[in-house]
Amino acid sequence: MESVEYSPNTPLEYQSETGRLNILGFWVFLGAEIALFSTLFATYLVLVGRTGGGPGPEELFELKGVLIETFLLLTSSFTCGLAIHYMRNHSLKGVFLWIGVTLALGLGFLGFEIYEFVHYIHEGAALTTSAYWSGFFVLVGTHGAHVTMGIAWISLILIQLKQRGLTPDTTRKVFISSLYWHFLDVVWIFIFTAVYLYGMVM
Amino acid sequence: MKLDEFFVTGDPLIYGADVSIALTLIGAIFVLTYFKKWKWLWTEWLTTVDHKKLGVMYIIAAVLMLFRGGVDALLMRAQLTVPDSSFLDANHYNEIFTTHGTIMIIFMAMPFLIGLINVVVPLQIGARDVAYPFLNAVSFWTFFMGAMLFNISFVIGGSPSAGWTSYVPLAGLELSPGVGQNYYLLGLQIAGIGTLLTGINFLVTILKMRVPSMKLMQMPMFTWSSLITMVIIIFAFPVLTVALALMTFDRLFGSHFFTMMDGGMPMLWANLFWIWGHPEVYIVILPAFGMFSEIISTFARKTLFGYKAMVYSMVVIAGLSFLVWVHHFFTMGAGGAVNSFFSITTMLIAVPTGVKIFNWLFTLYKGRIRFTTAMLWSLAFIPNFVIGGVTGVMLAMAAADYQYHNTYFLVAHFHYVLISGTVYACFAGLYFWYPKMFNHRLNERLGKWSFWIFVAGFNLCFFPMYFLGLAGMPRRIYTYGIGDGWMSLNVLATFGGVLMGIGFLILVYNIYYSFRYSPRETTGDPWDARTLEWSTPAPVPHYNFAHLPEAKGHDAFWIMKEEKKQGKAPEKKPYKPIHMPSYSGVPIIMSVFFFIAGFGMVFSWHWMSILGLIGVLATMVIRSFDYDKGFYVSVEEIEETEKKTTL
Ligand code: HEM
Ligand SMILES: [Cu+2]
Repeated sequence: MESVEYSPNTPLEYQSETGRLNILGFWVFLGAEIALFSTLFATYLVLVGRTGGGPGPEELFELKGVLIETFLLLTSSFTCGLAIHYMRNHSLKGVFLWIGVTLALGLGFLGFEIYEFVHYIHEGAALTTSAYWSGFFVLVGTHGAHVTMGIAWISLILIQLKQRGLTPDTTRKVFISSLYWHFLDVVWIFIFTAVYLYGMVM
Repeated sequence: MKLDEFFVTGDPLIYGADVSIALTLIGAIFVLTYFKKWKWLWTEWLTTVDHKKLGVMYIIAAVLMLFRGGVDALLMRAQLTVPDSSFLDANHYNEIFTTHGTIMIIFMAMPFLIGLINVVVPLQIGARDVAYPFLNAVSFWTFFMGAMLFNISFVIGGSPSAGWTSYVPLAGLELSPGVGQNYYLLGLQIAGIGTLLTGINFLVTILKMRVPSMKLMQMPMFTWSSLITMVIIIFAFPVLTVALALMTFDRLFGSHFFTMMDGGMPMLWANLFWIWGHPEVYIVILPAFGMFSEIISTFARKTLFGYKAMVYSMVVIAGLSFLVWVHHFFTMGAGGAVNSFFSITTMLIAVPTGVKIFNWLFTLYKGRIRFTTAMLWSLAFIPNFVIGGVTGVMLAMAAADYQYHNTYFLVAHFHYVLISGTVYACFAGLYFWYPKMFNHRLNERLGKWSFWIFVAGFNLCFFPMYFLGLAGMPRRIYTYGIGDGWMSLNVLATFGGVLMGIGFLILVYNIYYSFRYSPRETTGDPWDARTLEWSTPAPVPHYNFAHLPEAKGHDAFWIMKEEKKQGKAPEKKPYKPIHMPSYSGVPIIMSVFFFIAGFGMVFSWHWMSILGLIGVLATMVIRSFDYDKGFYVSVEEIEETEKKTTL
C-alpha cells in the first residue's frame, strides 16, 4: 500500500494510509468535541442569571482584556495556517518559525486568561460562588485546558520535527494538531459571543 | 481515614465477598505461576492489539459482570419475595439496585456487544484489523479499569446508592456524603473514554477499511447496525462526560451546578443524564437488532427481507433517539406542551421499530428454518420484544405515565426490551460466532436447556411485574407490607429469577463442557452462513485474510459459495507479505494510571490523583515518540499458516 505513486501535488501527510486514516479519525473526534462543548454551552446558558446573591458578569467583565485574548488567539490561528503553508512548501524553517509564533501567541492568551480568572476570584466570583460562575469557569476553563494541552502537544511535535524533519508521519502530526488549534479558535469565537458580549449587555 | 472506614465492615455478605475475592486472586496468581504462564499472558493477551483477542477479552469481562450483576439481582429478589423481610436493610438494598443497574448497562451490555462487534465486524467487511488497533486496546483497558474501579466500591469505601440515574439532590454531597457516588462518577468517566474511542475507531473502520468491492448498501446488517451505533456513541457520550464531570466538580470542588443552593439546578442533571441515557438504550439495542438479522437470515436460509428498510429504519431510530429524553421525567413538571411534544416523538420510534419486526417475520416466512440455539434465542426475541415495545408506547403517553412512572410497570418494560433485546442477542451472538472465536461450537443440547429455562424464567420473573406496577408497587422500595397484597406475584417473580440464574449457570457450564468435549471445527463455515466472516478458515489466522475477499453483492460469502458450486473457483493468486500492527504494553499501563488517578479522586487523595494523571500523560508522551510501524507477515509464514488451517 505504501508503494503507490502519488502525484507531487498530494501533501506529504496524505501520502500514507495511516495519514489519511488518522486525519479522518481526528475530524470525527472533533465532532465529539463539538458535542462536548455544545453541552457546556447549553449548561452555561441555562445557568445565566443564577448568581445566587453573588456578583453578576456585567459587574466584572472588562472588554479590554477579552479583546486582547481574542486578538491573540485569532492571530495564532492565522500563523498556524501559515505554518501549514510552509509545510506544504517543504520549508522546515518556515514551519518552525510560524509554529513558534503560534505557541507564543497561545501562551500569551493563556497568560491573560489566567490573569482574568485570578482577578474574578479576587472580586469574589469563584467556581464555588454560584451556579452562574460554576458554569462560567467550567466552560471557559475547559477551553483554556484544551489550549494548554494543545501547547504541550505541539511542543512535543516540534521536538519530533527537529529529530526527523518533514516526513509523512511528522507532517501528519503537525496537520492534525493544526486542525485542533483552529477548532479551539472557533470555540473561542462562540465563547466571546455567548459569554462575554452577551454577559456585558445583559 | 481509619482502616475500618476504608474497608467496608459489619456485613457477613461483604466478608464473604472479601474472602472470595482474595481466594480468586490467590488462585489466579498461583495457577499463572505454577504453569509459568505470566509471560504468555503478557505477550499474547495483555499487550495485544488484535481485534479478535480484544473482542474475546471484552466478552469474558462482560460475562463476569453479568455474573456480578446477576448476583445483585438475585439478592434483590430474595429480599422482595416476602413482605417485611429483613434479609437486606434499606441502605444495602439501595446500593444493590444501584450497582445492578449501572453494571448491567455500562459494564455488561455495552462491552458484550462491543466485544462481538470487535470480533465480527472487521471480518465481515474483509479487513485485517481496525483502523486504529492501538486505540482499540486503549478502549478495552480503560473500560476494564473503569469497571474494576466501580466494582471494588462494595468492599472498599462503600457502593453508590442513588440509583443508576443518580438524580440529585439524592446523589449530592449532603444526602450521599460517602465515597460511593464518587466511584460511580469516576468509574463511568474512565470507561466512557474507552467507549468514545471505540465509537471513532469503528466508524472509521467501517467507512474506510472495507474491501474496496463492498458498497455501503451491501454491508452485512450487523455491520450497518454497528456503524449507526458508533454515530450515536460519538454524539451521546460527550454529554455523559460533561454531566459526570459537572457532578464531580459539585462533589469534590464545591461548584453549584446541581445543588439546591446558590442557583444550582437539580433538573439540569436529569436532562443531561437522559440526553445521553436515551441514546444509550439504543446503543445497546441496535447491535442486537443487527445480530438477530444475521442469525435469522442464516437459519431461515434466506436473504434478509427489506434490507433497505432495515437500514433506513435504524437511521430514523438513531435520529429520533436524541429527541425523546424528556419521556423519562414527564412527571417532573415540564408542562403540557413540552410533554406532548416528547410524547409524540417517543411514540414515533415505535414505527421504525415495527418495520424491523415485520422484516424479520417476512424473512422467516417460507424459510427452511433450522432451530439451532442461536436461532431459538432470535425467535424468542420477537414476541418478547414486542411486549416490551407495546408497553413502552403505553409509557410514552404522558398523561398515562403519571400512573406507571416509578412503578414496577416501568421495571417490567425496560427489562422486556433490555433482556429479550440485548441479552438474548448477546447469547444468540455468542452461540453463533463461538466457533469463529474458539474453533469449536457450544453444545446444542445444553444450549437448548439453558435457553428454555432462561426464557421461561425471564417471563415468569418480569411479566408479573407489569401487574405489580398496575397494583401500585413502586420501584426501588426495599420492602412492603403484607396488607399491600403484592406477595404472590413477588414470589412468582423470584421463582422466575432463580430459573434465569440456573439458565445462566448452564450456559457457563456449557462453555466448560464444550471446551472439553466439542469436536474441533474442520471448516470455517459451520452454519452454512452468508457473510464474509465465515469465509475465513478455522482457526482464523491473526492476519484474517491471506487474500482480501471480493464482495459481489449482499451475502457476499453466499455468492462465493454459489459460484464455487457452479465450478467458478477463484484462481489461485500468489501471496503477498501482509502488514500488521505491533503489540504494545502502553494501553494497559496507561489505563492502570487512569485507575490510580480515579481511585485518588474517589477518596480526595489529591497526591494520588496527580500521580496517576502524570502517569497517564507520561504514557501519552511515550506513545507520541513511538514511531513503530508494525511488521510484515512473510509469504512463508502465510503459506505455513494456510496449510494448517482448513477451509
Ligand atoms: C417502542 C420503543 C420504546 C418506547 C416507546 C419506550 C418508552 C419508554 C418510556 C416512556 C420510558 C419512561 C417511563 C417512565 O419513567 O415512566 C421508558 C423507560 C425506559 N426504557 Fe423504554 N421505550 C422503548 C424502547 C426501549 C428500548 C429498546 C430500550 C432498551 C433496550 C428501553 C429501555 C428503557 C429503560 C432502561 C428505561 C428506564 C430507565 C430508568 O428509569 O431507570 N426502552 N421507555
Ligand atoms: Cu428513553
